[in-house]
Amino acid sequence: MIWSKKDLLGLEELTKEEVELILSTASSFKEVSSREIKKVPALRGRTVVNLFYEPSTRTRVSFEVAAKRLSADVINIATETSSVKKGETLIDTGKNIEALKADIIVMRHNSSGAAAMLARHLNISVVNAGDGWHEHPTQALLDIFTLKEKLGEVAGLNVSIVGDIAHSRVARSNIWGLTKLGARVTVCAPKLLIPVDIEAMGVKVTDNIDEALVRADAVNVLRMQFERDGEMAFPKQLEYFKAFGITAERLSKAKKDILVMHPGPINRGIEISSEVADGLNSVILEQVTNGIAVRMAVLFLVDQARDGKRENTD
Amino acid sequence: MAKEKILIKGGRVIDPANKIDDTLDIFIVNGKISKVSKAIKADDAKVLDASGKIIIPGLVDMHVHLREPGREDKETIYTATKAALHGGVTAVLAMPNTDPAIDSLSSIEILKTAISKSAQADVLICAAITTGRKGREVVDMAMLKKEGAVAFSDDGSSVDSDEIMLAALRSAKKAGLPIICHSEDKALSNFGVVNLGFTSTRLGLKGISQESEYKRVARDVDFAAQSGAAVHIAHVSCKESLGIIARAKKKGLRVTCETAPHYFTFSEDAVLGYDTNFKMNPPLRSKEDVQAIREGLANGIIDVIASDHAPHTENEKEIEFERAEFGVVGLETELSAAITVLVDTGFLDWFGLVEKMSLNPARILGVDKGSLGEGRVADMAIIEPGQKWQVAKDLFLSKSKNSSFIGKDLKGVVAYTIYKGAIHQWSS
Repeated sequence: MIWSKKDLLGLEELTKEEVELILSTASSFKEVSSREIKKVPALRGRTVVNLFYEPSTRTRVSFEVAAKRLSADVINIATETSSVKKGETLIDTGKNIEALKADIIVMRHNSSGAAAMLARHLNISVVNAGDGWHEHPTQALLDIFTLKEKLGEVAGLNVSIVGDIAHSRVARSNIWGLTKLGARVTVCAPKLLIPVDIEAMGVKVTDNIDEALVRADAVNVLRMQFERDGEMAFPKQLEYFKAFGITAERLSKAKKDILVMHPGPINRGIEISSEVADGLNSVILEQVTNGIAVRMAVLFLVDQARDGKRENTD
Repeated sequence: MAKEKILIKGGRVIDPANKIDDTLDIFIVNGKISKVSKAIKADDAKVLDASGKIIIPGLVDMHVHLREPGREDKETIYTATKAALHGGVTAVLAMPNTDPAIDSLSSIEILKTAISKSAQADVLICAAITTGRKGREVVDMAMLKKEGAVAFSDDGSSVDSDEIMLAALRSAKKAGLPIICHSEDKALSNFGVVNLGFTSTRLGLKGISQESEYKRVARDVDFAAQSGAAVHIAHVSCKESLGIIARAKKKGLRVTCETAPHYFTFSEDAVLGYDTNFKMNPPLRSKEDVQAIREGLANGIIDVIASDHAPHTENEKEIEFERAEFGVVGLETELSAAITVLVDTGFLDWFGLVEKMSLNPARILGVDKGSLGEGRVADMAIIEPGQKWQVAKDLFLSKSKNSSFIGKDLKGVVAYTIYKGAIHQWSS
């Protein structure tokens, strides 16, 4: 299996084999972070630009650490410091970065499809670090990597995703990735936060949290973005916690070794209780560690694919 | 008008207005059709050999955005009418969502002056229903009719107020002109950008429900019954709307409707790569809807194919999907799209094609077009029906290139367009 895509835009367009290749590549990179000298020369001489149109600390830092452990040079651009405010289009910004001879753009953008559009217009690699409500492929990959590491095989696992599915790119990427690998996915949210026809993605839908937990091998708890409050019939924080919050009491009715995951940052007492977040079932911090390995794998693979193409066209 | 004699020899003449489908000669004198029959002899005429080609009346496209006055960076009357001729279209209905909107004596004067200065094909005028297309105050329809308007529409917007819409329809009935409805309840479409359903969900974009269209279609059709006015529903995109229109027609209401080539060619799947050349309003719908639109054209529920030619600059299209403008150009591809998707597959025969794209819109707008009868103005298109071409940006004469059909193989090439007896030959 050879990776051939210059970009990583989402998990929907990947084959099962491509997802598995990223995961196995991540496995071999994971060990780098536990070395005395946490660095390999795989991307030495390469420039990675983190282009972030939305505030993000953890994803941006994770990508930065991943790129640096591969020996790449990293430049961070946040909207406040770029010419975006002067009205430059996304494509122009991308082309300028390309003209600086950067090799990979890691982009976070609030508009669904922005990464796909940028990738179409550039020859350098684009890695989607979250676009609107569409996809956040590296988050799902690290979630799946963690599942696999903890439970062995993904095929046949029952995974429940709980929270604002409608506005979640993490949910979409997880659904595509997990179903491709043969997991059974259930999404659970108040009815208004379930997007239309989500069943067509191959998932079960419920608005009953106990039902979502009862057979689950893992539960992925999404961050509730209450800043959306007012946009639509959005539940109040306490009401939400009462109806959907992951508490020790609820977990006591689930499988004893159920994995509790969260993409972070967590809202304690809103979607998850502190007791659970810090408890034995929680793998939240391991997800953060695995994020580095997964992002190293992605940066490495897209760079290689572009390299391959470069040689072919010479 | 060209003061010369032209003899078009041996083309297959398709003219449903006169029930003609035969290999005939057409003799044009001083810009008018003088004779249509077999073996015409005219020694002093310029002869145009049309053997193997199909001759149809010039198309009448009743949904075109010329963008002039106000947005000449997107399109001008000159470039749009050039593009029209290139697509075999000899008359367009100009939609009033210009800047200023065509809602008053002064704005229609501006438009008429611009038309007389630069139009390369006939430009018919559709005036706004309400001042500034804001849905609050009905325009002076009698005056605008006197000044040349042939229809009214707030295109791009629907008149939300029932009371004002009914008043407008009564006024239009008095003026004897049709109202063209952009039937959309914006409270229901709610800033959506693609079809609501699996497509909006997987793309993570806001959806536009079919309900937002057909509920407003139902109201507009109901108001046609109450007012007795002629109502034409623009750009029908979904199955439910067709059901409502079919029932209205059965009851004998004065209701007609149109669809656009993108709705019978592409389903919502075309949007999956976030290509903004597939972003339009209403949005591309499900495969089932596409099939229903094709069948609606075949069974006559849909009267008209119109392009909804909506030019936009690259700056407005080559941006994030949510921010990009709605709409695509269509004047230069509509005929070929219809031949490829409808005639070649048997949904329409050639009579049907000419009816939908020329005769019916002329009748709805009450203009004397869409026929190759003797004594008529010589407006026609001469087509190479079997010739294939691949749509490419640099083939467009339109100022904007935002076409859904770029890269697509189409069948049917306009070899000549004759407008008022003047021959425009297109290299192929």
